[in-house]
Amino acid sequence: MILVQLVADGLLLGAVYALLSSGLTLIWGMMNVVNFAHGDFVMLAMYIAFVAVTFLHVGPAVFVPLAALMLFGLGVGVYFALIRHVMRGPMLAQILSTFGLGILLRYMVFWVFSANFVSLPNRMAGGVLAIAGLRLQDSRLLAGLMALLLTVGLHLMLTRTAFGSRLLAVAEDRTAAMLVGIRPDAMQALAWGIGAACAGVAGALIALFFYISPLVGDSLVLIAFVTVCLGGFGSIPGALVAGLAIGVIESLSAWFIGAAWQDVVVFALFLLALWLRPQGLMGKA
Amino acid sequence: MSLLAVAGLAVHYGDLIGAADVSLTVAAGEIVALLGANGAGKTTTLNAIAGLVPPAGGQILWQGEDIAGRPAHHIVARGIALSPEGWRLFTRQSVEANLRLGATRLAVRAELPGRFARVYALFPRLAERRRQSAGTLSGGERQMLALGRALMSAPRLLLLDEPSLGLGPAVVDQVFAALLTLRTEGLTLLIAEQSAELALELADRAYVLQTGRTVLEGRAGDLLQNPEVRRAYLGG
Repeated sequence: MILVQLVADGLLLGAVYALLSSGLTLIWGMMNVVNFAHGDFVMLAMYIAFVAVTFLHVGPAVFVPLAALMLFGLGVGVYFALIRHVMRGPMLAQILSTFGLGILLRYMVFWVFSANFVSLPNRMAGGVLAIAGLRLQDSRLLAGLMALLLTVGLHLMLTRTAFGSRLLAVAEDRTAAMLVGIRPDAMQALAWGIGAACAGVAGALIALFFYISPLVGDSLVLIAFVTVCLGGFGSIPGALVAGLAIGVIESLSAWFIGAAWQDVVVFALFLLALWLRPQGLMGKA
Repeated sequence: MSLLAVAGLAVHYGDLIGAADVSLTVAAGEIVALLGANGAGKTTTLNAIAGLVPPAGGQILWQGEDIAGRPAHHIVARGIALSPEGWRLFTRQSVEANLRLGATRLAVRAELPGRFARVYALFPRLAERRRQSAGTLSGGERQMLALGRALMSAPRLLLLDEPSLGLGPAVVDQVFAALLTLRTEGLTLLIAEQSAELALELADRAYVLQTGRTVLEGRAGDLLQNPEVRRAYLGG
């Protein structure tokens, strides 16, 4: 029974990892840019949740969409102000610009909120749901299910809608996309908006059960990078499967080996997976 | 009045000159061929008309309005579509998705089913393969899809870049027959083609480009007899 409980906990956490990684993999798949500020986007969303709860006294029904909207705007803004100019520059310019943006964001937050850890009050989705012998925390259940829904939704949007088809067209051949009348700039700005909004929702959901600090993005984005590599760069189904797998592995290793060892196990298995299948689970060779 | 009139077109890629002085006109209902060796400026000229590269000088008049330097999405919406060299299909998407993308700027959305029917009637092979990804098509089918995708925007002028390149004779016949059908329906065509023989059989008139300049112009039948053209482009 404990095994089922551990797997269920792991899946719920893994779904959040999947959403966290989807934004990263979408932006990479669209234009081969790695957003090193992704973790700081997540951190910003957590502070948006914190501010909304502390000063506006609202619940997740308000602060999750709020974080999504604000991060969407941030993503579009970052595209036009920064990415568009370095996109066709050398790889190093891209790396440094998003890395620099991340540092700027974290120290701005540091400046305003100080380095102290904060967290949302426990009354926020603090109950426990007992179902079929399982005990699931409301906060993790809410976060996991919403993240799962959004990740699947994002995948369907890309593969089943005319909008998704245009995004993929720009990703594959910018010139051909221009020829049929698509404006690549608009599509790429939207991809950045959506990618950042994924980070926003994931961050706001994680804030329900995780501490908040200016540097919290670091530990989260590391998991996101592992998820993206493991799933295959640019693949959202890959990110979903990899995210769920990592969540379950973390949960099981924390119980059977010890919480201090869970990262070691995840990264060891990650190295092993890369060794056996360097293109990722669903990536193209 | 001519539908399209290009005058003194110049295009620079950095220090490289893609076109120096290209002038041509296309009247409604005509098939006009652009001839010339590799690097003569045929593709550059078509790309400039389609809005892919901004001209450094000259005019591109479309129905009397200067469209030089306008972005591609604007130009396809005005009724000029380009089927590019090398097809440039969206290989990871289905045949149908490629065609639907071609209709991105179709002004009247109600026309969409009619456009699909038109393209599928012209190339039944595409209808058979509409669920297949474009990356699985043969060369001839790719050319048909590139042509079909351009037709989905309901253009008045179709620009074709090297439609015979890399295709077997049977497929070329099929594609060129489709072009003649399109002409009888009132479509105007400007075709860049390395095979002068093929182009002159199809076209009403032709221009010869040399190092980015138009150096010769004439009726297709006259150019076929022109000793200079025969020597340079028709192998004797």
